Amino acid sequence: MGSSTHAADVAARDAPPELRHHFVDMEAQKEASALGMWIFLVTEVLFFGGMFTAYVIYRAAYTRAFEGASNLLDLKLGAFNTVVLILSSLTMALAVWAGQQGKKALIILFLLLTVLLGSTFLGVKVVEYKQKFARHEVPGPHFVVPMDEATHQPLPRQAEMFFSLYFCMTGLHALHMIIGIGLLLWLVARARRGDFTVRYNTPVDMVGLYWHFVDIVWIFLFPLLYLLGRHTL
Amino acid sequence: MTNENAPHAPRVGARANYLNASYGVRSWLLTSDHKRIAVMYLIGVTVFFAIGGLAAALIRLELLTPAGDVFQAETYNKIFTTHGIMMVFFFMIPGIPAVLGNFLVPLMIGAKDLAFPRINLLSWYLYIIGGLTALWAVVHGGLDTGWTFYTPYSTVYSNGWVVVTAVGIFIAGFSSILTGLNFLVTIHTMRAPGMHWTRMPLFCWGMYAASIIQILGTPVVAITILLVGAERLFHLGIFDPAQGGDPVLFQHLFWFYSHPAVYIMILPAMAVISELVTAFSRKPIFGYKFIAGSSIAIAVLSFLVWGHHMFVSGQSVYAGLVFSVLSFLVAIPSAIKVFNWTATLYKGSVSYQTPLLYALGFIGLFTFGGLTGLFLACLGLDIHVHDTYFIVAHFHYIMVGGTIMAYLGGLHYWWPKISGKMYPEYWSRVSAWVIFIGFNLTFFPQFIVGYLGMPRRYHAYPEEFQVLNVMSTAGASILGIGYLIPLVYFIWSMRYGQDAADNPWGATGLEWETPSPPPTENFPETPVVTGIAYDYLTGKEEAAVG
Amino acid sequence: MHFLPDQASTFAGHVDALYLFLIAVTAFFSLLIGVLVVVFAIKYRRRSADEVALEVHESGLLEIVWTVIPFVIVMVMFFWGASVFFRITRPPSNAIDIYVTAKQWMWKLQHTDGRREMNELHVPVGQPVRLTMASEDVIHSFYVPAFRFKRDVVPGRFSVAWFEATKPGKYHLFCAEYCGTRHSNMIGWIYVMTPADYEAWLAGGTPGETLASAGAKRFVENACNTCHGEQKGARGPSLNGLFGRAVRLQNGQTVVADEAYIRESIVNSQAKLVEGYPPIMPTFQGLISEEGLLQLTAYIKSLSPAAAASAAAPAATPAPERMSTKP
Repeated sequence: MGSSTHAADVAARDAPPELRHHFVDMEAQKEASALGMWIFLVTEVLFFGGMFTAYVIYRAAYTRAFEGASNLLDLKLGAFNTVVLILSSLTMALAVWAGQQGKKALIILFLLLTVLLGSTFLGVKVVEYKQKFARHEVPGPHFVVPMDEATHQPLPRQAEMFFSLYFCMTGLHALHMIIGIGLLLWLVARARRGDFTVRYNTPVDMVGLYWHFVDIVWIFLFPLLYLLGRHTL
Repeated sequence: MTNENAPHAPRVGARANYLNASYGVRSWLLTSDHKRIAVMYLIGVTVFFAIGGLAAALIRLELLTPAGDVFQAETYNKIFTTHGIMMVFFFMIPGIPAVLGNFLVPLMIGAKDLAFPRINLLSWYLYIIGGLTALWAVVHGGLDTGWTFYTPYSTVYSNGWVVVTAVGIFIAGFSSILTGLNFLVTIHTMRAPGMHWTRMPLFCWGMYAASIIQILGTPVVAITILLVGAERLFHLGIFDPAQGGDPVLFQHLFWFYSHPAVYIMILPAMAVISELVTAFSRKPIFGYKFIAGSSIAIAVLSFLVWGHHMFVSGQSVYAGLVFSVLSFLVAIPSAIKVFNWTATLYKGSVSYQTPLLYALGFIGLFTFGGLTGLFLACLGLDIHVHDTYFIVAHFHYIMVGGTIMAYLGGLHYWWPKISGKMYPEYWSRVSAWVIFIGFNLTFFPQFIVGYLGMPRRYHAYPEEFQVLNVMSTAGASILGIGYLIPLVYFIWSMRYGQDAADNPWGATGLEWETPSPPPTENFPETPVVTGIAYDYLTGKEEAAVG
Repeated sequence: MHFLPDQASTFAGHVDALYLFLIAVTAFFSLLIGVLVVVFAIKYRRRSADEVALEVHESGLLEIVWTVIPFVIVMVMFFWGASVFFRITRPPSNAIDIYVTAKQWMWKLQHTDGRREMNELHVPVGQPVRLTMASEDVIHSFYVPAFRFKRDVVPGRFSVAWFEATKPGKYHLFCAEYCGTRHSNMIGWIYVMTPADYEAWLAGGTPGETLASAGAKRFVENACNTCHGEQKGARGPSLNGLFGRAVRLQNGQTVVADEAYIRESIVNSQAKLVEGYPPIMPTFQGLISEEGLLQLTAYIKSLSPAAAASAAAPAATPAPERMSTKP
């Protein structure tokens, strides 16, 4: 085992300002950033996965209660939100593209559009949550077992479990969206400073990956919570 | 300028190194140098170990007599909970990865730092904040659920600080995830030219495998603990049978992480032992590929065995069979390691310095402790010994007789590199023996009293169990002293220890090709690797011993 | 000092035999490695400062050998352990029933004839005993070291396990799952008696209201009888002779009506809908206590001829209201 001067050390002296000192070159830095973000997203899959597991298990055990409760969710608002979120992934992808082109104005535009769409999603969620509070569908001491819309009988008591999971899962998702919007605004600030060029746009790329992931979580949540076993549209 | 005759001269050499590169609290608290972060972790884990150790002393004090006469029942329950939480989440899980891993992984692969130095610093802050949060709960009345938080006791019936402690553990879990993420990316993308995967030191293989577990397992306990907190705060019913929740679902989700977690604790320890055995036999490790491969096999298999904690919970017979056979299989890669380490000593050139004493102690205690794990994988036996002191003895053999001995061995081995100083060899050998003897006296009797039927988490017990408990407490006193001695001499050595050479052990490895202590940037020029790991024998055939 | 607890049940000896086998294997390999390590460390100790080791070539064969041998040994352990486990988890059909309610921090045990015991259980030698256990609050665990018997009592479900005592004596009962402040005090005794002594014990003392008759009262209190009648066109299936019988469900599956089925049908009535009946049974989740569920289960069991025959002596209280078998 030996050691000798490496050519890259010479190259490092001419390094761009974004290159962190411990990376050999921008290529290595970008590779590390991407791998890091993917690994982080894997941890997020496991994180949400715990709740998805609980939901699937309880749905199998209390099918009627869960189906009945699921039918009480507002399908129109849920579908609208799904469209909004998919559109926001489009604008995010466009922001990434603009970043690769180094087009500052477009980067900012698409980032802001994504923020707008994300905020719309959150606004709709607020409306949905308020509806639930009004109808005493929030688990806890004030919960009232809702009526089954099909049979006009009270649902089985385990309907409260559905709502527990509903609030935990959509709440955690909403928290991730809020963090995502924060990251997007940070990107906007950096873009305005001229940080993103053709040579360097990794942060936009990485936040894009995160945003798409949060979108995908919703793509799973929406059918599981709103669509399965739906009686009527 | 020599230091021996000038006690007030600068202690850490005249060369610039990471310790003297800058002074002041800010330069440490805002550092991005992995070596400084490792030292900060060292201080942190030592403090939490002391707190957990104090709790252990109180437990053993109570158990000297059969009656619960030292503490009230609720206090005792809080003490063993504190012991478990402090030790598991704030000492064992971070321990070797955050201290030795952080310091050594970049050095060993020829890198200037980890892939994400600022995230590394964030990891440390999260660890400290999580620890202080849990400590706040301890100080303000404590928690009495046991470190395992079983529901519905933790969500409905306990009067302790469940939510606060859960938050502290959650934050520390995030720290663990980020550390694992950092190691994975670093090992994948920042190895020096020529450092192929098969030339990487086994320490890095062990860190890599443990990091896989940290990434995949920790998020599950994170969401589980979050749900426990949410259930308690908002009266949800996810684990509460009164609302249709299933307490056994909690156990599944909890153990899905907490079993692999013990491999987060042991894989880095085994990684250290691989380094120590080869360095102090001065020959290449026997079966490099098998040791590396067995680390990955353990990481994978560790996720498939969690149900062996639940054989009496009411899970189905078939689930029991599956978890039992897989739990037996996960023992095989560990056995392979033990055989390979033993074979490394064969025809080696064995030197009895303190790190090797710890390594030999580890091999003996881990072999025995690991074999007692087979008793627990065995369905017919586990029914009887589950939730008794047999279990307590088993996991302490692995965690204390295994991981902590490996941690101490590693600390001694790399202390010259970390601090630039040598520790006193005489006292280090004395404490290694004191620890070995104290440890066995503490925990061996617990196997016996456990099989006799003494349940765990009992603060009062039938009289016939007293003799064995007294032996255990006597051992614990000795063990406690054994741990205090290195604390004293390590601190002493920082000021008064002999200056260390760059490679005091004559070992292979890129970390020994840097000064002791290393400069901040580790390597002035990126090394290029041309030989295998543990390249002790190339070019030295003529000096072979008969 | 002894190293093994009393062997007082039919499976204690089997568990101990397995234990001794594992001790032998553990001792063998621990000593083997310990001795090898010490011998190698001494024999190959470094004799001069610059001494270097002899090269030892790696051996794939050795790796395979020391993988296969441990694999074979652990498989033996697995199969032996599984066979002991099957013995432990399969109650014989002639077991007498004891109903256990665990609550912080006491054990309430009830014989079918209504005899109640608190933190104590009297059983005869040589008679299989089946414990059907429920928890009122948190997870507990019923542990009798001398029987090598342990089963968690989990709230929200019935836990059923069995033993057969083989030696008269007095044996520890411990709660083995941490359950709160007085977990260490949730202990008691199992008294195993010769058949003669057991008869004498049964004869003395007053049996209380049987579980089954208490269950009959709950059956009416909760208006179960309004649907589960015998008349034609009853809204719910008949419960006479139900226990132990196969039941055909709406989804085509067939299940056996055991204790778990009965409990689930009360608490989560939509889970297993019986073929030919409308899904109108309310769920009683959270509305009936665990003890109440045990009583209802005991009552429904008593409606089956086999179960009724094996129940103990009739209670001194007035005959419970039974479902009429006449139209």
